[in-house]
Amino acid sequence: MIRDPKDLKRYNASERANHWVVGISFILLALSGLAFFHPAFFPLTQLFGGPVWARILHPYVGVLMALAFLVIFLRFKHLNRMTAADREWLAKARNMVDGNDHDMPEQGKYNGGQKVMFWVLALCMLLMTLSGVAIWRAWFGFDITVVRLGAVVHAAAGAVMIAMIMVHVYAAIWVKGTIRAMWYGTVTRAWAKQHHRGWYRQMTGK
Amino acid sequence: MALQSLDILRRSATTTPPPGVRKGVEVAKLIDVSACIGCKACQVACSEWNDIRAEVGSCVGVYDNPTDLSAQAWTVMRFAEHEEKDRLEWLIRKDGCMHCADPGCLKSCPSPGAIIQYANGIVDFHQENCIGCGYCVTGCPFNVPRISKEDSKAYKCSLCSDRVAVGQEPACVKTCPTGAIQFGSKEDMKDYAAERVADLKRRGYEQAGLYDPQGVGGTHVMYVLHHSDRPELYSGLPANPSISPLVSLWKGFAKPLATLALAGVALGSLFHYVTKGPNEVSKEIEDEIEAEDKEGTK
Ligand code: HEM
Ligand code: SF4
Repeated sequence: MIRDPKDLKRYNASERANHWVVGISFILLALSGLAFFHPAFFPLTQLFGGPVWARILHPYVGVLMALAFLVIFLRFKHLNRMTAADREWLAKARNMVDGNDHDMPEQGKYNGGQKVMFWVLALCMLLMTLSGVAIWRAWFGFDITVVRLGAVVHAAAGAVMIAMIMVHVYAAIWVKGTIRAMWYGTVTRAWAKQHHRGWYRQMTGK
Repeated sequence: MALQSLDILRRSATTTPPPGVRKGVEVAKLIDVSACIGCKACQVACSEWNDIRAEVGSCVGVYDNPTDLSAQAWTVMRFAEHEEKDRLEWLIRKDGCMHCADPGCLKSCPSPGAIIQYANGIVDFHQENCIGCGYCVTGCPFNVPRISKEDSKAYKCSLCSDRVAVGQEPACVKTCPTGAIQFGSKEDMKDYAAERVADLKRRGYEQAGLYDPQGVGGTHVMYVLHHSDRPELYSGLPANPSISPLVSLWKGFAKPLATLALAGVALGSLFHYVTKGPNEVSKEIEDEIEAEDKEGTK
Protein backbone atom coordinates (compact mmCIF):
# COMPACT_ATOMS: atom_id res chain seq x y z
CA MET A 1 0.00 0.00 0.00
CA ILE A 2 1.50 3.35 -1.00
CA ARG A 3 0.91 5.86 1.79
CA ASP A 4 0.84 8.88 -0.47
CA PRO A 5 0.62 8.45 -4.24
CA LYS A 6 1.88 11.99 -4.62
CA ASP A 7 5.31 11.05 -3.25
CA LEU A 8 8.02 11.93 -5.73
CA LYS A 9 9.96 9.24 -7.56
CA ARG A 10 13.67 9.84 -7.04
CA TYR A 11 15.23 6.54 -8.23
CA ASN A 12 13.91 3.68 -10.32
CA ALA A 13 14.42 0.05 -9.35
CA SER A 14 17.41 -0.48 -11.58
CA GLU A 15 19.19 2.59 -10.21
CA ARG A 16 18.53 1.41 -6.66
CA ALA A 17 19.80 -2.09 -7.35
CA ASN A 18 22.88 -0.63 -9.02
CA HIS A 19 23.57 1.52 -5.97
CA TRP A 20 23.17 -1.44 -3.61
CA VAL A 21 25.64 -3.52 -5.59
CA VAL A 22 28.17 -0.70 -5.30
CA GLY A 23 27.34 -0.17 -1.61
CA ILE A 24 27.58 -3.80 -0.57
CA SER A 25 30.78 -4.39 -2.49
CA PHE A 26 32.24 -1.19 -1.06
CA ILE A 27 31.59 -2.33 2.50
CA LEU A 28 33.13 -5.73 1.79
CA LEU A 29 36.14 -4.00 0.19
CA ALA A 30 36.55 -1.54 3.03
CA LEU A 31 36.41 -4.27 5.70
CA SER A 32 38.79 -6.63 3.91
CA GLY A 33 41.06 -3.80 2.76
CA LEU A 34 41.36 -2.29 6.23
CA ALA A 35 42.42 -5.71 7.50
CA PHE A 36 45.60 -5.38 5.43
CA PHE A 37 45.88 -1.66 6.03
CA HIS A 38 46.82 -1.79 9.71
CA PRO A 39 47.28 -4.65 12.21
CA ALA A 40 44.54 -3.14 14.39
CA PHE A 41 42.00 -4.23 11.76
CA PHE A 42 43.51 -7.64 10.93
CA PRO A 43 40.80 -9.56 12.88
CA LEU A 44 38.31 -8.33 10.24
CA THR A 45 39.70 -11.07 7.98
CA GLN A 46 37.61 -13.52 10.03
CA LEU A 47 34.50 -12.06 8.39
CA PHE A 48 35.69 -13.46 5.09
CA GLY A 49 36.58 -16.98 6.15
CA GLY A 50 40.11 -16.16 7.29
CA PRO A 51 43.03 -14.03 6.13
CA VAL A 52 43.85 -16.02 2.99
CA TRP A 53 40.26 -15.88 1.76
CA ALA A 54 40.12 -12.15 2.48
CA ARG A 55 43.23 -11.68 0.35
CA ILE A 56 41.85 -13.82 -2.47
CA LEU A 57 38.33 -12.33 -2.52
CA HIS A 58 39.08 -8.61 -2.13
CA PRO A 59 40.28 -7.89 -5.67
CA TYR A 60 37.43 -9.80 -7.34
CA VAL A 61 34.89 -7.83 -5.31
CA GLY A 62 36.86 -4.78 -6.43
CA VAL A 63 36.32 -5.64 -10.08
CA LEU A 64 32.57 -6.08 -9.47
CA MET A 65 32.40 -2.73 -7.72
CA ALA A 66 34.44 -0.96 -10.40
CA LEU A 67 32.01 -2.16 -13.09
CA ALA A 68 28.90 -1.31 -11.07
CA PHE A 69 30.31 2.10 -10.21
CA LEU A 70 31.08 2.83 -13.84
CA VAL A 71 27.40 2.27 -14.68
CA ILE A 72 26.26 4.55 -11.83
CA PHE A 73 28.78 7.14 -12.90
CA LEU A 74 27.52 7.20 -16.48
CA ARG A 75 23.91 7.35 -15.28
CA PHE A 76 24.37 10.27 -12.92
CA LYS A 77 27.22 12.37 -14.23
CA HIS A 78 24.98 14.79 -16.15
CA LEU A 79 23.05 15.50 -12.91
CA ASN A 80 26.24 16.45 -11.11
CA ARG A 81 27.48 19.43 -13.10
CA MET A 82 28.53 22.22 -10.77
CA THR A 83 26.59 25.50 -10.98
CA ALA A 84 26.87 28.94 -9.36
CA ALA A 85 24.14 27.96 -6.87
CA ASP A 86 26.24 24.93 -5.88
CA ARG A 87 29.24 27.11 -5.17
CA GLU A 88 27.09 29.39 -3.06
CA TRP A 89 25.74 26.36 -1.21
CA LEU A 90 29.29 25.15 -0.54
CA ALA A 91 30.30 28.56 0.81
CA LYS A 92 27.42 28.31 3.31
CA ALA A 93 27.91 24.59 4.08
CA ARG A 94 28.91 25.46 7.65
CA ASN A 95 25.37 26.65 8.45
CA MET A 96 24.01 23.42 7.04
CA VAL A 97 26.30 21.32 9.25
CA ASP A 98 25.24 23.47 12.19
CA GLY A 99 21.70 22.26 11.59
CA ASN A 100 20.41 25.56 10.24
CA ASP A 101 19.31 25.06 6.63
CA HIS A 102 16.90 27.99 6.41
CA ASP A 103 18.80 30.32 4.16
CA MET A 104 20.63 27.82 2.01
CA PRO A 105 20.35 28.58 -1.72
CA GLU A 106 17.80 26.58 -3.70
CA GLN A 107 19.18 23.22 -4.88
CA GLY A 108 18.36 20.96 -7.80
CA LYS A 109 18.31 17.16 -7.55
CA TYR A 110 21.71 17.26 -5.85
CA ASN A 111 23.30 19.94 -3.70
CA GLY A 112 26.85 21.26 -3.99
CA GLY A 113 28.11 18.93 -1.26
CA GLN A 114 26.68 15.88 -2.97
CA LYS A 115 28.21 16.93 -6.27
CA VAL A 116 31.67 17.42 -4.77
CA MET A 117 31.29 13.99 -3.16
CA PHE A 118 30.31 12.51 -6.53
CA TRP A 119 33.39 13.80 -8.33
CA VAL A 120 35.86 13.04 -5.54
CA LEU A 121 34.48 9.51 -5.23
CA ALA A 122 34.71 9.03 -9.00
CA LEU A 123 38.35 10.11 -8.95
CA CYS A 124 39.13 7.88 -5.97
CA MET A 125 37.36 4.96 -7.62
CA LEU A 126 39.52 5.38 -10.71
CA LEU A 127 42.69 5.54 -8.59
CA MET A 128 41.59 2.51 -6.53
CA THR A 129 40.92 0.46 -9.63
CA LEU A 130 44.19 1.31 -11.36
CA SER A 131 46.31 0.89 -8.22
CA GLY A 132 44.40 -2.23 -7.18
CA VAL A 133 45.21 -3.89 -10.48
CA ALA A 134 48.85 -2.77 -10.12
CA ILE A 135 49.24 -4.59 -6.79
CA TRP A 136 47.20 -7.69 -7.74
CA ARG A 137 49.91 -10.34 -7.74
CA ALA A 138 47.63 -13.28 -8.44
CA TRP A 139 47.21 -12.07 -12.03
CA PHE A 140 49.76 -9.37 -12.74
CA GLY A 141 53.45 -8.71 -12.25
CA PHE A 142 54.12 -5.05 -12.91
CA ASP A 143 57.46 -3.29 -12.54
CA ILE A 144 58.41 -2.94 -8.87
CA THR A 145 58.18 0.87 -8.89
CA VAL A 146 54.66 0.68 -10.30
CA VAL A 147 53.69 -1.81 -7.58
CA ARG A 148 55.18 0.38 -4.83
CA LEU A 149 53.42 3.45 -6.16
CA GLY A 150 50.24 1.40 -6.45
CA ALA A 151 50.50 0.37 -2.80
CA VAL A 152 50.82 3.99 -1.66
CA VAL A 153 47.97 5.22 -3.88
CA HIS A 154 45.67 2.31 -2.98
CA ALA A 155 46.16 2.84 0.76
CA ALA A 156 45.84 6.64 0.59
CA ALA A 157 42.84 6.80 -1.77
CA GLY A 158 41.23 3.94 0.19
CA ALA A 159 41.45 5.88 3.46
CA VAL A 160 40.02 9.02 1.81
CA MET A 161 37.19 7.00 0.29
CA ILE A 162 36.25 5.20 3.47
CA ALA A 163 36.07 8.56 5.29
CA MET A 164 33.91 10.04 2.51
CA ILE A 165 31.54 7.10 2.48
CA MET A 166 31.12 7.38 6.24
CA VAL A 167 30.07 11.00 5.70
CA HIS A 168 27.80 9.93 2.81
CA VAL A 169 26.05 7.30 4.94
CA TYR A 170 25.81 9.61 7.93
CA ALA A 171 24.26 12.37 5.82
CA ALA A 172 21.57 9.93 4.73
CA ILE A 173 20.86 8.98 8.34
CA TRP A 174 20.99 12.58 9.55
CA VAL A 175 18.58 14.02 6.96
CA LYS A 176 15.37 12.24 7.90
CA GLY A 177 13.30 10.82 5.08
CA THR A 178 16.31 10.21 2.84
CA ILE A 179 17.06 6.51 3.23
CA ARG A 180 13.69 5.47 1.76
CA ALA A 181 14.95 6.87 -1.55
CA MET A 182 17.34 3.91 -1.64
CA TRP A 183 14.81 1.38 -0.30
CA TYR A 184 11.83 2.02 -2.52
CA GLY A 185 12.83 5.04 -4.54
CA THR A 186 10.42 7.75 -3.40
CA VAL A 187 10.59 10.79 -1.13
CA THR A 188 7.82 12.97 0.23
CA ARG A 189 7.07 16.27 -1.44
CA ALA A 190 7.83 18.07 1.84
CA TRP A 191 11.28 16.46 1.92
CA ALA A 192 11.95 17.57 -1.63
CA LYS A 193 10.66 21.08 -1.03
CA GLN A 194 12.89 21.51 1.98
CA HIS A 195 16.11 19.98 0.69
CA HIS A 196 16.00 20.20 -3.09
CA ARG A 197 13.53 22.94 -3.92
CA GLY A 198 14.68 23.34 -7.51
CA TRP A 199 14.06 19.66 -8.15
CA TYR A 200 10.73 19.89 -6.31
CA ARG A 201 9.60 22.68 -8.64
CA GLN A 202 10.73 20.76 -11.67
CA MET A 203 8.85 17.63 -10.56
CA THR A 204 5.62 19.32 -9.45
CA GLY A 205 5.56 22.34 -11.72
CA LYS A 206 5.07 24.60 -8.67
CA MET B 1 59.86 -22.75 8.15
CA ALA B 2 61.65 -22.42 11.39
CA LEU B 3 61.98 -23.57 14.92
CA GLN B 4 60.03 -21.51 17.42
CA SER B 5 62.77 -21.61 20.04
CA LEU B 6 64.88 -18.69 18.88
CA ASP B 7 64.37 -15.33 20.51
CA ILE B 8 62.36 -12.79 18.61
CA LEU B 9 63.36 -9.24 17.80
CA ARG B 10 60.53 -8.27 15.46
CA ARG B 11 57.29 -9.84 14.27
CA SER B 12 55.37 -8.67 11.21
CA ALA B 13 52.13 -6.67 11.67
CA THR B 14 52.53 -6.67 15.43
CA THR B 15 52.42 -3.46 17.44
CA THR B 16 53.25 -4.84 20.90
CA PRO B 17 56.73 -5.97 22.05
CA PRO B 18 57.81 -9.50 21.09
CA PRO B 19 59.30 -11.88 23.67
CA GLY B 20 62.82 -10.58 24.16
CA VAL B 21 64.35 -11.19 27.57
CA ARG B 22 67.41 -12.86 26.10
CA LYS B 23 69.79 -10.99 23.85
CA GLY B 24 71.26 -13.42 21.35
CA VAL B 25 74.57 -13.05 19.58
CA GLU B 26 74.15 -11.64 16.07
CA VAL B 27 75.21 -14.17 13.47
CA ALA B 28 76.28 -13.66 9.88
CA LYS B 29 77.13 -15.60 6.76
CA LEU B 30 80.12 -14.29 4.87
CA ILE B 31 80.34 -15.04 1.15
CA ASP B 32 83.83 -14.48 -0.21
CA VAL B 33 83.14 -13.95 -3.89
CA SER B 34 86.86 -14.02 -4.66
CA ALA B 35 87.11 -17.60 -3.39
CA CYS B 36 83.98 -18.95 -5.11
CA ILE B 37 84.53 -21.32 -8.03
CA GLY B 38 80.86 -21.46 -9.08
CA CYS B 39 80.46 -25.19 -8.45
CA LYS B 40 76.94 -24.73 -7.07
CA ALA B 41 77.47 -27.25 -4.28
CA CYS B 42 75.76 -24.71 -2.01
CA GLN B 43 72.72 -24.61 -4.31
CA VAL B 44 72.46 -28.37 -4.11
CA ALA B 45 72.99 -28.44 -0.35
CA CYS B 46 70.23 -25.87 0.06
CA SER B 47 67.89 -27.94 -2.05
CA GLU B 48 68.82 -31.10 -0.11
CA TRP B 49 68.53 -29.73 3.41
CA ASN B 50 65.34 -27.77 2.79
CA ASP B 51 63.95 -30.57 0.64
CA ILE B 52 62.93 -28.36 -2.27
CA ARG B 53 63.48 -29.21 -5.92
CA ALA B 54 63.46 -26.56 -8.59
CA GLU B 55 62.35 -27.77 -11.99
CA VAL B 56 65.24 -28.96 -14.15
CA GLY B 57 65.61 -26.09 -16.60
CA SER B 58 67.43 -25.83 -19.88
CA CYS B 59 70.72 -24.20 -20.72
CA VAL B 60 70.24 -20.57 -21.66
CA GLY B 61 73.82 -20.07 -22.85
CA VAL B 62 75.31 -19.16 -19.49
CA TYR B 63 75.99 -21.16 -16.36
CA ASP B 64 73.04 -19.70 -14.45
CA ASN B 65 70.64 -22.54 -13.69
CA PRO B 66 68.03 -22.09 -12.37
CA THR B 67 68.16 -18.62 -13.89
CA ASP B 68 66.35 -16.98 -10.99
CA LEU B 69 65.33 -17.46 -7.39
CA SER B 70 62.01 -19.25 -6.97
CA ALA B 71 59.84 -20.85 -4.32
CA GLN B 72 61.97 -24.00 -4.85
CA ALA B 73 65.35 -22.27 -5.31
CA TRP B 74 66.27 -20.12 -2.33
CA THR B 75 69.80 -19.47 -3.53
CA VAL B 76 71.20 -19.27 -7.08
CA MET B 77 74.65 -18.58 -8.45
CA ARG B 78 74.80 -15.63 -10.81
CA PHE B 79 77.66 -15.55 -13.29
CA ALA B 80 78.87 -12.22 -14.71
CA GLU B 81 81.66 -11.75 -17.24
CA HIS B 82 83.59 -8.55 -16.72
CA GLU B 83 86.60 -7.23 -18.60
CA GLU B 84 89.11 -5.14 -16.76
CA LYS B 85 92.66 -4.17 -17.77
CA ASP B 86 92.48 -6.61 -20.69
CA ARG B 87 91.62 -9.45 -18.38
CA LEU B 88 88.39 -11.38 -18.22
CA GLU B 89 86.99 -11.67 -14.72
CA TRP B 90 84.31 -14.16 -13.93
CA LEU B 91 82.34 -12.63 -11.10
CA ILE B 92 80.22 -15.32 -9.49
CA ARG B 93 77.78 -14.27 -6.81
CA LYS B 94 75.64 -16.51 -4.67
CA ASP B 95 72.33 -14.65 -4.57
CA GLY B 96 69.68 -15.03 -1.89
CA CYS B 97 68.19 -13.30 1.12
CA MET B 98 70.55 -10.82 2.80
CA HIS B 99 68.82 -11.01 6.20
CA CYS B 100 68.73 -7.24 6.58
CA ALA B 101 68.86 -5.69 10.04
CA ASP B 102 66.04 -3.44 8.83
CA PRO B 103 64.04 -5.84 6.64
CA GLY B 104 61.72 -4.24 4.07
CA CYS B 105 59.77 -7.50 3.77
CA LEU B 106 58.88 -7.57 7.47
CA LYS B 107 57.98 -3.90 7.45
CA SER B 108 55.56 -4.45 4.56
CA CYS B 109 53.92 -7.70 5.66
CA PRO B 110 50.27 -7.24 6.78
CA SER B 111 49.90 -10.67 8.40
CA PRO B 112 50.85 -11.02 12.08
CA GLY B 113 53.69 -13.49 12.56
CA ALA B 114 54.23 -14.36 8.90
CA ILE B 115 57.72 -12.84 9.06
CA ILE B 116 59.91 -13.08 12.12
CA GLN B 117 63.26 -11.48 12.79
CA TYR B 118 65.13 -13.44 15.42
CA ALA B 119 67.43 -11.87 17.99
CA ASN B 120 70.39 -13.43 16.15
CA GLY B 121 69.45 -11.45 13.02
CA ILE B 122 67.85 -14.18 10.92
CA VAL B 123 64.74 -13.05 9.03
CA ASP B 124 62.41 -15.99 8.57
CA PHE B 125 59.12 -16.53 6.78
CA HIS B 126 56.48 -18.59 8.58
CA GLN B 127 54.40 -19.89 5.71
CA GLU B 128 51.56 -21.05 7.94
CA ASN B 129 50.76 -17.38 8.62
CA CYS B 130 51.44 -16.17 5.07
CA ILE B 131 48.35 -14.92 3.20
CA GLY B 132 50.02 -14.65 -0.21
CA CYS B 133 49.53 -10.92 -0.83
CA GLY B 134 53.13 -10.40 -2.02
CA TYR B 135 53.70 -7.27 0.05
CA CYS B 136 57.13 -8.69 1.09
CA VAL B 137 58.15 -8.65 -2.58
CA THR B 138 57.07 -5.02 -2.77
CA GLY B 139 59.13 -4.17 0.33
CA CYS B 140 62.38 -6.06 -0.34
CA PRO B 141 65.24 -3.90 -1.68
CA PHE B 142 67.02 -7.01 -3.02
CA ASN B 143 64.14 -8.62 -4.96
CA VAL B 144 64.40 -11.85 -2.98
CA PRO B 145 61.03 -13.29 -1.86
CA ARG B 146 59.09 -15.42 -4.35
CA ILE B 147 55.41 -16.35 -4.23
CA SER B 148 54.82 -20.00 -5.10
CA LYS B 149 52.55 -20.60 -8.08
CA GLU B 150 51.20 -23.75 -6.40
CA ASP B 151 50.29 -22.58 -2.91
CA SER B 152 50.58 -18.75 -3.07
CA LYS B 153 52.94 -18.63 -0.09
CA ALA B 154 56.14 -16.57 0.02
CA TYR B 155 59.47 -18.39 0.19
CA LYS B 156 63.11 -17.43 0.57
CA CYS B 157 66.37 -18.43 2.29
CA SER B 158 65.84 -19.06 6.01
CA LEU B 159 69.58 -18.95 6.73
CA CYS B 160 68.82 -22.50 7.88
CA SER B 161 67.27 -21.10 11.04
CA ASP B 162 66.42 -24.68 12.04
CA ARG B 163 70.09 -25.71 11.88
CA VAL B 164 71.37 -22.53 13.49
CA ALA B 165 68.89 -22.96 16.36
CA VAL B 166 70.63 -26.21 17.32
CA GLY B 167 74.14 -24.87 16.93
CA GLN B 168 74.89 -25.89 13.36
CA GLU B 169 75.97 -23.77 10.43
CA PRO B 170 73.70 -23.33 7.37
CA ALA B 171 73.77 -26.19 4.83
CA CYS B 172 75.49 -24.10 2.13
CA VAL B 173 78.31 -23.19 4.53
CA LYS B 174 78.80 -26.80 5.53
CA THR B 175 79.09 -27.88 1.89
CA CYS B 176 81.26 -25.20 0.27
CA PRO B 177 84.47 -27.01 -0.86
CA THR B 178 86.64 -23.87 -1.01
CA GLY B 179 85.62 -22.25 2.24
CA ALA B 180 84.15 -19.33 0.34
CA ILE B 181 81.12 -19.35 2.65
CA GLN B 182 81.80 -18.82 6.32
CA PHE B 183 79.40 -18.59 9.24
CA GLY B 184 79.76 -17.28 12.80
CA SER B 185 79.06 -14.26 14.92
CA LYS B 186 78.74 -11.07 12.92
CA GLU B 187 81.78 -9.65 14.75
CA ASP B 188 83.93 -12.67 13.89
CA MET B 189 82.79 -12.56 10.28
CA LYS B 190 83.79 -8.91 10.01
CA ASP B 191 87.23 -9.70 11.42
CA TYR B 192 87.64 -12.60 9.02
CA ALA B 193 86.48 -10.39 6.12
CA ALA B 194 89.08 -7.76 7.06
CA GLU B 195 91.83 -10.37 6.65
CA ARG B 196 90.45 -11.43 3.29
CA VAL B 197 90.17 -7.82 2.11
CA ALA B 198 93.76 -7.10 3.17
CA ASP B 199 94.91 -10.15 1.25
CA LEU B 200 93.02 -9.10 -1.89
CA LYS B 201 94.47 -5.60 -1.66
CA ARG B 202 97.94 -7.07 -1.45
CA ARG B 203 97.18 -8.99 -4.64
CA GLY B 204 96.26 -5.83 -6.53
CA TYR B 205 92.55 -5.45 -5.91
CA GLU B 206 92.74 -1.99 -4.43
CA GLN B 207 89.00 -1.58 -4.22
CA ALA B 208 88.43 -4.85 -2.39
CA GLY B 209 86.03 -4.51 0.53
CA LEU B 210 83.19 -5.83 2.64
CA TYR B 211 79.57 -5.50 1.49
CA ASP B 212 77.48 -4.87 4.61
CA PRO B 213 75.14 -2.11 3.36
CA GLN B 214 74.20 0.36 6.07
CA GLY B 215 71.12 1.59 4.19
CA VAL B 216 69.31 -1.49 5.49
CA GLY B 217 71.05 -1.33 8.88
CA GLY B 218 73.71 -3.83 7.75
CA THR B 219 72.97 -7.40 6.69
CA HIS B 220 73.45 -10.85 8.17
CA VAL B 221 74.68 -12.15 4.84
CA MET B 222 77.76 -10.21 3.74
CA TYR B 223 80.01 -10.38 0.72
CA VAL B 224 83.73 -9.88 0.25
CA LEU B 225 83.99 -8.21 -3.16
CA HIS B 226 87.10 -7.51 -5.25
CA HIS B 227 85.36 -4.41 -6.62
CA SER B 228 83.45 -3.16 -3.61
CA ASP B 229 83.30 0.29 -5.22
CA ARG B 230 81.13 -1.19 -8.01
CA PRO B 231 78.85 -3.87 -6.52
CA GLU B 232 76.59 -3.61 -9.60
CA LEU B 233 79.21 -5.58 -11.53
CA TYR B 234 78.12 -8.64 -9.58
CA SER B 235 74.88 -9.27 -11.51
CA GLY B 236 73.30 -6.07 -10.28
CA LEU B 237 74.01 -6.14 -6.55
CA PRO B 238 72.68 -2.71 -5.48
CA ALA B 239 75.30 -0.14 -4.43
CA ASN B 240 73.24 1.62 -1.78
CA PRO B 241 70.24 -0.55 -1.00
CA SER B 242 67.61 0.82 1.35
CA ILE B 243 63.90 0.44 1.85
CA SER B 244 62.26 2.43 -0.96
CA PRO B 245 60.88 5.83 0.14
CA LEU B 246 57.55 4.74 -1.38
CA VAL B 247 57.49 1.72 0.93
CA SER B 248 58.35 3.91 3.93
CA LEU B 249 55.57 6.29 2.98
CA TRP B 250 53.13 3.40 2.57
CA LYS B 251 54.05 1.73 5.85
CA GLY B 252 55.08 4.80 7.84
CA PHE B 253 53.50 7.21 10.29
CA ALA B 254 50.62 8.13 7.93
CA LYS B 255 48.80 4.85 8.51
CA PRO B 256 48.23 5.15 12.26
CA LEU B 257 47.22 8.77 11.65
CA ALA B 258 44.76 7.75 8.92
CA THR B 259 43.37 5.09 11.27
CA LEU B 260 42.79 7.75 13.93
CA ALA B 261 41.26 10.07 11.34
CA LEU B 262 38.77 7.37 10.30
CA ALA B 263 37.83 6.78 13.93
CA GLY B 264 37.48 10.58 14.24
CA VAL B 265 35.04 10.75 11.32
CA ALA B 266 32.94 7.91 12.74
CA LEU B 267 32.83 9.39 16.24
CA GLY B 268 32.43 12.92 14.88
CA SER B 269 29.29 11.81 13.00
CA LEU B 270 27.87 10.16 16.10
CA PHE B 271 28.45 13.25 18.24
CA HIS B 272 27.11 15.52 15.53
CA TYR B 273 23.85 13.59 15.67
CA VAL B 274 23.79 13.64 19.45
CA THR B 275 24.57 17.37 19.77
CA LYS B 276 22.75 18.88 16.75
CA GLY B 277 19.94 16.39 16.41
CA PRO B 278 18.48 15.01 13.19
CA ASN B 279 17.65 17.20 10.22
CA GLU B 280 13.88 16.65 10.03
CA VAL B 281 11.44 17.88 7.43
CA SER B 282 9.94 20.99 9.03
CA LYS B 283 6.34 21.00 10.19
CA GLU B 284 5.90 24.29 8.38
CA ILE B 285 6.65 22.82 4.95
CA GLU B 286 4.53 19.74 5.64
CA ASP B 287 1.62 22.05 6.51
CA GLU B 288 2.17 24.05 3.31
CA ILE B 289 1.93 20.90 1.22
CA GLU B 290 -1.14 19.74 3.11
CA ALA B 291 -2.82 23.12 2.53
CA GLU B 292 -2.02 22.94 -1.19
CA ASP B 293 -3.58 19.46 -1.36
CA LYS B 294 -6.75 20.68 0.39
CA GLU B 295 -6.95 23.56 -2.07
CA GLY B 296 -6.62 21.12 -4.94
CA THR B 297 -9.49 18.90 -3.75
CA LYS B 298 -11.88 21.82 -3.22
C1 HEM C 1 38.55 -1.40 -7.68
C2 HEM C 1 39.13 -2.53 -7.64
C3 HEM C 1 40.04 -2.97 -6.53
C4 HEM C 1 41.05 -3.87 -6.71
C5 HEM C 1 41.39 -4.60 -8.01
C6 HEM C 1 41.72 -4.00 -5.44
C7 HEM C 1 42.81 -4.83 -5.22
C8 HEM C 1 43.53 -4.89 -4.05
C9 HEM C 1 44.62 -5.79 -3.82
C10 HEM C 1 45.18 -6.77 -4.85
C11 HEM C 1 45.06 -5.58 -2.55
C12 HEM C 1 46.18 -6.33 -1.86
C13 HEM C 1 45.58 -7.39 -0.98
C14 HEM C 1 45.04 -8.54 -1.79
O1 HEM C 1 45.79 -9.11 -2.61
O2 HEM C 1 43.86 -8.87 -1.61
C15 HEM C 1 44.26 -4.53 -1.97
C16 HEM C 1 44.43 -3.98 -0.71
C17 HEM C 1 43.61 -3.00 -0.17
N1 HEM C 1 42.43 -2.52 -0.72
FE1 HEM C 1 41.78 -2.87 -2.60
N2 HEM C 1 41.12 -3.20 -4.51
C18 HEM C 1 40.08 -2.55 -5.13
C19 HEM C 1 39.19 -1.65 -4.53
C20 HEM C 1 39.27 -1.21 -3.21
C21 HEM C 1 38.35 -0.27 -2.58
C22 HEM C 1 37.14 0.39 -3.24
C23 HEM C 1 38.80 -0.07 -1.31
C24 HEM C 1 38.25 0.85 -0.25
C25 HEM C 1 37.24 0.65 0.42
C26 HEM C 1 39.97 -0.87 -1.13
C27 HEM C 1 40.72 -0.90 0.01
C28 HEM C 1 41.91 -1.56 0.15
C29 HEM C 1 42.79 -1.39 1.27
C30 HEM C 1 42.60 -0.43 2.46
C31 HEM C 1 43.86 -2.28 1.07
C32 HEM C 1 45.06 -2.46 1.96
C33 HEM C 1 46.11 -1.49 1.51
C34 HEM C 1 47.37 -1.60 2.31
O3 HEM C 1 47.75 -2.71 2.67
O4 HEM C 1 47.96 -0.56 2.59
N3 HEM C 1 40.25 -1.57 -2.30
N4 HEM C 1 43.32 -4.13 -2.91
S1 SF4 D 1 66.86 -9.34 1.55
FE1 SF4 D 1 64.64 -8.95 1.19
S2 SF4 D 1 63.65 -10.83 1.96
FE2 SF4 D 1 65.75 -10.82 2.82
S3 SF4 D 1 65.51 -9.74 4.84
FE3 SF4 D 1 66.10 -8.16 3.35
S4 SF4 D 1 64.02 -7.37 2.73
FE4 SF4 D 1 63.62 -9.35 3.67
